Amino acid sequence: MALGLSVIFGVVRVVNFAHGEMMTVAMYAATILFAALGLDPFLCMLPAAAAFFAFGYALQAMLVNPFITRPEHSQFMLLVAVAIILSNALLMVFGPDARSVQVDYQLDTFEIGKLLVDKARLYGAAAAIAAASVLFLFFRKTRTGKAIRACADNHLGARIVGLNVKRLYSLTFGLGAACVAVAGCALVLLVDVTPSLGPYYTLLAFVIVIVGGLGSMGGALLGGVLIGVSEALAGLFIDPSAKSMFSFALLILVLLFRPQGLLGSKA
Amino acid sequence: MTLLALRSVSKSFRGLRAVRDVSFQVAEGAIVGLIGPNGAGKTTLFSLVAGALSPDAGEIAFAGRPIHGLHPHQVCAAGIGRTFQIVKPFAALTVRDNVVVGALLRTRSAADARRVADGILDQLDLGAKRHLPAGSLTLPERKRLEVARALATRPRLLLLDEVMAGLRPTECDEMVLLFRELNRSDGLTVLLIEHVMRAVMALAARIVVLHHGQVIAQGTPAEVVRDPAVLECYLGEEAEI
Amino acid sequence: MNRAGAALAVLAALLMALPALAGPYALSVATLILYFAYTGQAWNVMMGFAGQLSLGHALYVGVGGYAAGALFYHYGIGPWAGLWLAMLLCVALGAAIGFLAFRFGISGVYFALLTIASAEFTRIGFDHLGWLGGPGGMFLKVAQRDAWDLVNFRGPPVMYYYAILLFCVFAFALCFVLSKSKAGYYWQAIREDEDAARALGIDTFRWKMLAVMLSSAMTSVSGVFFAFYYNNLFPEQIFNISRSIEIILGPVIGGVGTLFGPVLGAALLTLLSEGITESLGAIGLDIPGVKQLFYGAVLLAIVMFLPGGLWPALSSRLRRAK
Repeated sequence: MALGLSVIFGVVRVVNFAHGEMMTVAMYAATILFAALGLDPFLCMLPAAAAFFAFGYALQAMLVNPFITRPEHSQFMLLVAVAIILSNALLMVFGPDARSVQVDYQLDTFEIGKLLVDKARLYGAAAAIAAASVLFLFFRKTRTGKAIRACADNHLGARIVGLNVKRLYSLTFGLGAACVAVAGCALVLLVDVTPSLGPYYTLLAFVIVIVGGLGSMGGALLGGVLIGVSEALAGLFIDPSAKSMFSFALLILVLLFRPQGLLGSKA
Repeated sequence: MTLLALRSVSKSFRGLRAVRDVSFQVAEGAIVGLIGPNGAGKTTLFSLVAGALSPDAGEIAFAGRPIHGLHPHQVCAAGIGRTFQIVKPFAALTVRDNVVVGALLRTRSAADARRVADGILDQLDLGAKRHLPAGSLTLPERKRLEVARALATRPRLLLLDEVMAGLRPTECDEMVLLFRELNRSDGLTVLLIEHVMRAVMALAARIVVLHHGQVIAQGTPAEVVRDPAVLECYLGEEAEI
Repeated sequence: MNRAGAALAVLAALLMALPALAGPYALSVATLILYFAYTGQAWNVMMGFAGQLSLGHALYVGVGGYAAGALFYHYGIGPWAGLWLAMLLCVALGAAIGFLAFRFGISGVYFALLTIASAEFTRIGFDHLGWLGGPGGMFLKVAQRDAWDLVNFRGPPVMYYYAILLFCVFAFALCFVLSKSKAGYYWQAIREDEDAARALGIDTFRWKMLAVMLSSAMTSVSGVFFAFYYNNLFPEQIFNISRSIEIILGPVIGGVGTLFGPVLGAALLTLLSEGITESLGAIGLDIPGVKQLFYGAVLLAIVMFLPGGLWPALSSRLRRAK
């Protein structure tokens, strides 16, 4: 999930404030599909990813692209507005109660040595790594991927060379959205979904991305692991509900001392 | 009296030595030109003097006091004004308000600042446009505004960064007259970076030539123009001497 | 500008006379509008003047409210003393955030994230402070009084209305005076181009700090008002990011950096949203989230089509109509 944000921000340099909300929508989509068709969320991932790709593409093309030249905080506000609209639309349609997906293997665990690992979590992690690998290959090997990276490095230069920057941005946003869809499907097995989940996950994604390094995919993964581990540890030593405080403190520290993150490069 | 003195000033950026062991002086009341090919380090030198950058080595003294390492606003308060190579007007403010911002450094009240601003605007022939937003001005007007704004801070030394670029010869001549007048009547010391030789020759009593971050020649215009090192570094360039 | 002066006088008269003309519901809506107008104006000082986007302003509302509330709850100290503590704490907080941000060169989006993180951090923190009520909230004793008790800031709704009106007028006057003063010019310069400002002798760090501290001090007053008007404080609610967003809606819609923007925005938004809730209620629908959705839609529309906000567009129309 954080991967998607890193991709979006790193390339389009637009802070997608609606990231968390988009994931919440994905989670709801998974619940509907499960309820209606009995589809295992993991199987939902591919169609969800495709649908979200289209949605993200459209969002970028229609709303954000005209904005690239506007000052930063305009773009930010734009996505804040989208976030508000999404989360409240969800509230209106689904109501405030939590929903969840119940699958057979949800409570099963694997035993690896002395550790008990939830099957659901393991599958989720596998999915994340798979998605990350696909993205990585895409950006390194394909022509479009390289084109997108060129845009990120030098917007003006890319245009001069003839790349259709707007279309590439839309593509990137779409990819980011697809990542989010995958994440949402995986997460729905672990967390009950309510309409107000958005802000928490958006912030979490930012923490991860900034700690790991904006624009660096490896950084996003590393950041994700780091935050996950530190939150778990913090939960052991401090009151569990306060563990997010630790993440935010970390965010503040990183913003101050190493804004490019652990693996990022200076912008 | 020496107003500005640079001694062995050096500045590098990640391995690129932009300014290397540069030393020269600017006497009070003089107009000195700083010339050299693109990339010679001229604007970096300005930024060092103005406090936007701090030197890796060497000293910069203004009226006897060291100013290297000071913040830009402190350098301005000490009496050095500067213009930018790519003009930076406060686009949303009116022309007059732009200059008022400069004037406020030295005045007690906003009303006084407005009076001072009006005077300077007239001096620079921008009076008629005083209530228009600065963003609506043409390039030569913006350049004049940039100068007006810097002048409003009552500097003793004015750093002009390629202020003639993009101006037509007649506009260039008007600016030359303006600076000559300010130099004569107010005793304003000027250090200017210029590519437009027409202006440099007309204004500067002394010229410092920079190439690859080092001073390769200094002297009167006549001396510099004949200097073999200077001719070599400009060979192939269009010099309008 | 005689027409503008006359219009202002009429507005002032209307506002003063409102309690006599309106019923209790209208009065509470008016109070709400003025509350958002005031808080929006306070936020505007930081954004409109110094150009720093803060999305965590709920932090100051919360700290202000809790500071004054705690003094009253635990020690029975009245809000006028609490006000000073609230302002002091918020100024310190604002200064800390400002110092950290400006010293380390954080601006723009990163600054906004910093403010969000600070507010969230505090929210979770307060959830665990039992002495301040924790997640269950802090409740101030509600004394139903018909008499005006200014010392303890308790009284009928009318009193709160006039109080917030007074704050609004004060904020308005303050911003007006500032905008014409050296501070106003310098802040605008910093907002337009910080490098150029520095080259003109402006100590941008100092002036940005001033804006942040003033803004947080003003916002803390909102918090104190909130505490004594609503009489309950929950960390989850008062520090929530949606509160921060609510605060900025008024100024953004009305016009960031303008004097009338926050007031116009707050008025328009609150009236329209109340209107929507009322009309839906009349048909028998009570859909949670409609109001917020409406806010989001309006924000989107304004950001896309009228980024300067409503007031500049309106005022240029009015000027042309003369």
